[in-house]
Amino acid sequence: MRAALGVLGAGLILSGCTVPSFGASPGDTTSSRSVFHLWQGFSLGAALIGGLVVVLVLWAVVRYRRRSERIPEQHQYHIPLELTYTIVPILIVLGLFAATMVVENKEVANPRTNVTIDVNAFQWGWKFTYPGTSAVVVGQTTQTPTMVMPVNTNVHINLTSSDVVHGFYVKAFNFSRYALPGVLNQFTLHAVATGTFFGQCTQLCGLYHSLMWFDVKVVTPAQYQAWLTAFHGPAAAATAAAAAAAVRQQTSSITPTKPATSTGTR
Amino acid sequence: MVDVLERPALRAEPPPEAHGPTGLLKWLTTTDHKVIGLSYTVTAVIMMVIGGAFAEIIRAQLASPNGTLVSLAQFNELFTMHGSVMIYLFAGPFAFGALANIIVPIQIGAPDMAFPRLNALSYWLYLTGSITMLSGFFTAGGAASFGWVGYAPLSNSLNTPGAGADLWIGGLLLTGFSAIFTGVNLVATIFYLRAPGMTMFRMPIFTWNLLVTAILILLAFPVLTAGLIMLYADRHFGTHIFSVAGGGVPVLWQHIFWFWGHPEVYILALPFFGMVTEIIAVFSRKPVFGYKGMVFATISIAALSLGVWAHHMFTTGVVLLPFFSMMSLLIAVPTGIKIFNWIGTMWRGEVWFSAAMLMALGFLVTFLIGGLSGVYLASPPLDFFTHDTYFVVAHFHSVVMALVMAGMAGLYYWGPKFTGYLLNETIGKVQFWFLFVGTQVFTLPLYLVGLRGMPRRVAIYPHDPQWKFLNDLSSVGAVLIGISTLVFVANLVYSWKRYPAGPNPWDGQTLEWFTTSPPPHHNFYRLPPIRSERPTWDYNHPEHRTVPHGPRNGDGA
Repeated sequence: MRAALGVLGAGLILSGCTVPSFGASPGDTTSSRSVFHLWQGFSLGAALIGGLVVVLVLWAVVRYRRRSERIPEQHQYHIPLELTYTIVPILIVLGLFAATMVVENKEVANPRTNVTIDVNAFQWGWKFTYPGTSAVVVGQTTQTPTMVMPVNTNVHINLTSSDVVHGFYVKAFNFSRYALPGVLNQFTLHAVATGTFFGQCTQLCGLYHSLMWFDVKVVTPAQYQAWLTAFHGPAAAATAAAAAAAVRQQTSSITPTKPATSTGTR
Repeated sequence: MVDVLERPALRAEPPPEAHGPTGLLKWLTTTDHKVIGLSYTVTAVIMMVIGGAFAEIIRAQLASPNGTLVSLAQFNELFTMHGSVMIYLFAGPFAFGALANIIVPIQIGAPDMAFPRLNALSYWLYLTGSITMLSGFFTAGGAASFGWVGYAPLSNSLNTPGAGADLWIGGLLLTGFSAIFTGVNLVATIFYLRAPGMTMFRMPIFTWNLLVTAILILLAFPVLTAGLIMLYADRHFGTHIFSVAGGGVPVLWQHIFWFWGHPEVYILALPFFGMVTEIIAVFSRKPVFGYKGMVFATISIAALSLGVWAHHMFTTGVVLLPFFSMMSLLIAVPTGIKIFNWIGTMWRGEVWFSAAMLMALGFLVTFLIGGLSGVYLASPPLDFFTHDTYFVVAHFHSVVMALVMAGMAGLYYWGPKFTGYLLNETIGKVQFWFLFVGTQVFTLPLYLVGLRGMPRRVAIYPHDPQWKFLNDLSSVGAVLIGISTLVFVANLVYSWKRYPAGPNPWDGQTLEWFTTSPPPHHNFYRLPPIRSERPTWDYNHPEHRTVPHGPRNGDGA
């Protein structure tokens, strides 16, 4: 019995060294990792407070269940206690807010970048344009387009929409942003691992919203340059135009087979 | 010392019932708040069943990644109408039209609402609006399909043509006016029709919460009404308020919608908080712990709720993040005060686990989950991560399912007051366990599938064993919730006129338990002296009045 308790105690101490993930994952950009740590912080707080409340409720339910027709003391106020559970939560909220600001300021900062990608969302697909180059990738519904970007580089994204509100969301980046008609939304992605990551429109945009998929392929800077050069020359431009024309045909039968998990290397 | 205040014009024994129409004609022409409230209750519960049926179809479709039960178009209509029916036609009207209408006048010792005919108009607008919105299903293009939030420009005539969308706007306008009129009525009733002795700080918490709710309705609903008229003008009169092409601003719709939409969350929640507060106190045989703190918490929630709308818009990139983040996080404080006050009310009490109390405790635990998951969403970086995924869906379903439990608690608790008959307690407890377990099995997997990246409002999703497993589990939970609804209906049938309630079956504390069940035409033949917020309790247990804190301040009794 005592040995079992000892093992349990040791287990608790060991597991205390690593904070659990609480269902989220660190992701593959610098921001996604700070968001993940913020997630862990919020979750620890939620677990502690939620645990305290559940224990109190269970105690009240078990200890004070009605056993007689006795009428209990009719107490109504306990000012010090009430002040405590007003002031302590305010302090907790200030702490959460401070942590939020630290992560948010990093995430929404727009540092200088060499690589820019114009992302245009439309019903129901994506167009990725690389300004200063002839690279254009476009695809809709089942012809999932791929956004290629270099690893360990600040990539500046200019996000727009041609029609309704769409949502640019990549799970592995722990990040989403609306593509709003009439608004240019700008943000920076900094991937720290190569791989192919699944992305999807998250804001309801009409009939084929469920199928507005894209991939993000993070490659080494050398591979990225090689990929860009392949677009040079009139032949490549013609191919791109033909591909763009092909995807404009309406898709009638839909069979999704895309794996949701990213294949990125960590 | 006066034991009982007699209404001057009324005798101690019931007068003969006033002559008037009976049956269908009575129902059609009544201005009695109890009959109108009962109509509201029945209509709202029917809407809950309709909205629930849509939910069951949605969960059946999502039980497999490539579901073929409904088409993509039908799926969009289903979740749009599920959300619309549940928010606009069930939760709101049930919160401030059904039990509020019946109970608030009785709790403050009033003979009726301040404007009985306006009250009748509210109900008929609500019923007409509900039928209008649902009739979209019978039009050629089907019902509205742009989500219950109707984001522009998806909701314009180019992207969503057809009568279904117009009927949605029309139905929402009608129910919106119904809500505004109810708000006017509640404020006037609570300010002007309180019985002698019923000061503001002697009002029961339920009435307090309805007062604050009604003020929120008056601040928020006109904004939605204006927005809907703009949307209709864009669709049919050639204006370009929400379209870029004509120089309009699509995101303006989101501002208008959520300026109504976030107060609306509390318009839905505060009445249920009030119900739970009363129920926990009565079934613990104690006064509400921290009564004044509870009132101030309610007022703070309402005040803060007017400054948090853009937390629904963090990912638009066009709102000031720190302000809306701070305001949203702060709402956790008064909400936490309420939770601790509920626990404090049970503390050292004699807790009786009736069906109503079980439902109230189920609310407490489920609302705790929904409340804690809401704190994450107040933090913009965490919102960027989870926005429009199933995490958000899970968050607000924890909240609204908690409200459903609170509403059920309210029906078990107050139903006997306005029907005169109790519901079966055992069947009620069976219903509770189906509802409680079902809710957790339904929502908890949705948090996880959201964190794994599943967006909301998709009819088909990529093949992934984890996503499928979590969706299946959630669908099982939805079936359990469906069964709980059937158990409730069975209880209504089984208990029909079976268990006479008497005036005060639960040893209630507030005025409504002083009169008969159901109350007579104008509610009271006599009133007890009102010297605290628990006049009925004081009258029945004169030796067990509230223990004053600090030096005894003359309470006049």
